[in-house]
Amino acid sequence: MGQILEITLMNLRNLVSRLGSSLVIVVGIAGVVAVLVGLLAMAAGFRAALQSASVPERAIVLRDQSNGELSSGMSNVEYNIVSQFEGVAVLSPELYVVADIPKMDTGTPANVVLRGVGPDAFVVRPEIEVIKGRRFEPGRNELLVGQLAAVEFAGLEVGAEIELKSSRWRIVGHFAANGSAYESEVWADLPVAQSAFNRGGALSSMRVLLEQPSLAASVAEAIKADPRLDLALTTEDQFYAEQSEGLSSLITSFGYAVATIMAIGAVFAALNTMYTAVSTRSVEIATLRALGFGALPVVISVLIEALLLAFLGGALGGLVVWLLFDGYTASTLNNASFSQVAFDFAVTPQLLQTGLVWALVLGAIGGLLPALRAARLPIFDALRGE
Amino acid sequence: MSAARLVWANLFRKRTRSILTVLSVAIAFLLFALLQAIGAAFDGGVSLQGVDRLIVSPKYSIVDPLPVRQREQILAVDGVEAIVGQNWFGGIYQDRRNFFPKYPVRPRPFFDIYGEFEIEPDVLERFARIRTAAVAGDVLMQRYGWQVGDIIPITADIWPKADGTRLWEFELVGSFTSQDERQPAQLFLFRYEYFTEAVASYGKDQVGWWTLRLDQPDRAAEIASEIDALFENSQTPTRSATEDEFQRQFAKQLGNISLIVRVIMGAVFFTIILLTANTMGQGLRERIPDLAVLKTLGFGDAWVSGIVLLEALLLVLLGAALGMGVAYALQGALAAGLAQIVGVFEITSATIAIGFGLAVAIGLLIGALPARTAHRLTIVEALRRG
Repeated sequence: MGQILEITLMNLRNLVSRLGSSLVIVVGIAGVVAVLVGLLAMAAGFRAALQSASVPERAIVLRDQSNGELSSGMSNVEYNIVSQFEGVAVLSPELYVVADIPKMDTGTPANVVLRGVGPDAFVVRPEIEVIKGRRFEPGRNELLVGQLAAVEFAGLEVGAEIELKSSRWRIVGHFAANGSAYESEVWADLPVAQSAFNRGGALSSMRVLLEQPSLAASVAEAIKADPRLDLALTTEDQFYAEQSEGLSSLITSFGYAVATIMAIGAVFAALNTMYTAVSTRSVEIATLRALGFGALPVVISVLIEALLLAFLGGALGGLVVWLLFDGYTASTLNNASFSQVAFDFAVTPQLLQTGLVWALVLGAIGGLLPALRAARLPIFDALRGE
Repeated sequence: MSAARLVWANLFRKRTRSILTVLSVAIAFLLFALLQAIGAAFDGGVSLQGVDRLIVSPKYSIVDPLPVRQREQILAVDGVEAIVGQNWFGGIYQDRRNFFPKYPVRPRPFFDIYGEFEIEPDVLERFARIRTAAVAGDVLMQRYGWQVGDIIPITADIWPKADGTRLWEFELVGSFTSQDERQPAQLFLFRYEYFTEAVASYGKDQVGWWTLRLDQPDRAAEIASEIDALFENSQTPTRSATEDEFQRQFAKQLGNISLIVRVIMGAVFFTIILLTANTMGQGLRERIPDLAVLKTLGFGDAWVSGIVLLEALLLVLLGAALGMGVAYALQGALAAGLAQIVGVFEITSATIAIGFGLAVAIGLLIGALPARTAHRLTIVEALRRG
């Protein structure tokens, strides 16, 4: 133990003189960790935006087999039936369409969600908070815009007017919704939206506030059993988990794939550095061995050096991503809903931890082979070599 | 000894280091080629075959339908040769995860316009004759093990039938292939006539968008605005664009994601290159005494620095060739998996050319400093240092 400590400390003390080549390990691993954590933070942010929209006591009613609000549809009759069901505290009838609104950065049209809602939509979702201006007035071409939509898409400032479906709409307010995907949406009065989009009295979905979260199953059963209804109830937790699954798992696996390829490159660089470190110190190591230090302390000291450098790299990579990307707002098309979702990158402590674990594993791989070589170094040859 | 042999021999002086260096450069170029291809697909920068195709879509929102009566009006526009309507059918085959596009189309105009899809004349004949017929791309046939004659059940999510049921059954009469290997045939096509006849009333006599073939592709912009002017004041205004432009606009919806990915990639690439530069620079510095010996033997300054530069170039070029070679070899396998996500996956010759250009530039950059050192080296000083 004492030997390990001594050799390691000695190695670390002269690390400064090998600064250039040691930086190779640090920078290489920092790069891998930064890319991995960056992409995972993107996936996490996207998932969070959708899942923070869900609350246990809320559920969504769609047409049976529909995989999203856009492909779902129902009538007022069905609304009236469901609103009478036991366990349903508040039922909000909603229209969900997408409208082309230009993206702020590219100016090209994007599928922005326009949600037609009645007053109950705000009762069902108490997290909606008007942060600027006011709500739309019933019967008027007015829009209440989510705060992320206002940033990501052009022409949605309070007071502005935009053209949608051949008519002019005035933006009367911005709302916050606890960072959820609703903030990427644009809301309007239900009857106005229905007539603007030629939907007659048709609805896309209904949002249910249950009297108790535990009633979800029984209400779902009642809906399924009613022959007049061709609908299905899903809890918001489940609905948003499904909605976010595709893209977030895509980004996650992309992140791991790229990071793995990069990691191979970084390991090569680390191996190079540690081999060089070992070979330039071969005399030193041989001397130590001649003095009676065992092979194991030599191996461990080289490994510790590699791990330490790798840890520094991992911390550096994580820090850079956290500084640059945490909270960075992006928006993309969610294939599951075919509409735009804006979200903030979330560099969470777990992700940073994942990054550090990767860094240490890479450091261990990069350090092990050179450490073994150091231990096997023939003492006589090494000493005679000089 | 010739210069080439000397450079070659030098590469093997520290074999492990050279191999590791080449491999880490190769990794960087492997990533470069793959990401370039993915980035291009996300940007919609890959030109598809349909240079002579025009897409006429609803002006305000993808969820608006266009009436079939527009067909004759559009066909009457000078320069329009053929037209086919398409609808997003959605629908579920067995499980929601089995995703592939399904379109109701008119058989002959469709295959007339999409010349890159090849279909046997007798298959097309059956497709056009049998009311409930469907054809599938060869990729789908393989993926799901379909045989000609199979009945393919699709559960509708957007388009129930007029009788309220949601099960659509299609008789698979054959398959078609894609001549464009970047774009595998993974469409499922069935008869528009059957669709409009059987679908619930709100889906009848409508299409989602029109695809046109122009006989004067150079007039595409003019024809597009002519068509849009035609419907400007109707209930269903349109927005027309070439297929290329349409794809590009759609890809832009994915938005800053592809930008972010590319920024990260750029960082990755340069990290690995910087690391390599460091390692190689170190290797060259170690050989300063050798260089002094060469100079002593009478080789000129320019010759010696040339050798150093050549070695750096060779290492990077070897790595680049290896990396991009692997990427190219993997292209087929990756395209099959990625096509569903990114649409088109192609490592173009332009990418390879840019890659080698980068490799030369990086090789020169990395070699420049050691080469200068070698050039200025005075024999006495170098030998004393050794």
